[in-house]
Amino acid sequence: MLQLYDAQLASRLMLGTARYPSPAVLADAVRAARAEVVTVSLRRESAGERAGQAFWSLIRELGVRVLPNTAGCHSVKEAVTTAHMAREVFGTAWIKLEVIGEDDTLQPDVFGLVDAARTLCAEGYEVFPYTTEDLVVAERLLAAGCRVLMPWGAPIGSGRGLNNLFGLKALRAHFAEVPLIIDAGLGVPSHAAQALELGFDAVLVNTAVAQARDPVQMARAFAQAIEAGLAAHEAGPIEPRDLAAPSSPLIGTAFRG
Amino acid sequence: MKILVNGAWRETRCAELARALEELGYGTSVVSTAVNGEFIAARERARTLLSDGDRLEVLAPMQGG
Repeated sequence: MLQLYDAQLASRLMLGTARYPSPAVLADAVRAARAEVVTVSLRRESAGERAGQAFWSLIRELGVRVLPNTAGCHSVKEAVTTAHMAREVFGTAWIKLEVIGEDDTLQPDVFGLVDAARTLCAEGYEVFPYTTEDLVVAERLLAAGCRVLMPWGAPIGSGRGLNNLFGLKALRAHFAEVPLIIDAGLGVPSHAAQALELGFDAVLVNTAVAQARDPVQMARAFAQAIEAGLAAHEAGPIEPRDLAAPSSPLIGTAFRG
Repeated sequence: MKILVNGAWRETRCAELARALEELGYGTSVVSTAVNGEFIAARERARTLLSDGDRLEVLAPMQGG
């Protein structure tokens, strides 16, 4: 089981809810992924369309836990205010904290992130910071009160997988006891399997599923990959080596000697 | 008075935020509000007074990653 703050979760796959072809496909994808946590957002509501009300009904019917985000926030003030608003609407102390620092890569502003995390943790929020693989930033986030970290695999929506394997492995090794969730940048299920094989606790996927030709099938594929990756990690993978090592026993080989 | 609601100018006769929301069509909606960038909790809406030119944000659940 995966423990995130006080929650125990069986699923290691979290799903974003944006960019699906329809609400029905989103609902089917969440079921196919066997996701227990989905990310949600807050946006301006038009009194005429009331799109948010329909979306919120759909999510509640799915019976999953929601992780609201502060996506689109570029300052500490915006992120903290959005977190306050999200807590009221969604009724959860969980917040996926995003403070974006650069628009081309949507790279986190890690300085603002630490500031916002400190404020929100002090107010009793259970913060899931969207961060980089930087070890020092991770230390600061934990010192601020975060008990889960969400390092990026690659820029949001890029589908590039685990961009900085060295940095991510170092992060995993350095914070062996901290739940680490790879957030952003995964493109295909093998990326998710790799994250779990390396010992990451879970992954959050959105675009790779929502924009696939068949999102429901892709959600199922991610769930299977994560199951395989976790099993492989628990089974203890071998270390790569440079030279060949014969797998068949050499003793008793015919025609030798 | 005129207030900026989600980036668009709207006319409202109600100074109380709670009543202004009803007038603007948000009566039964699940929304969260901020006035001039400051979060206003639902329980504060009845005693929050709007002024001409205020910026009101009305946010609701939406898809997110």
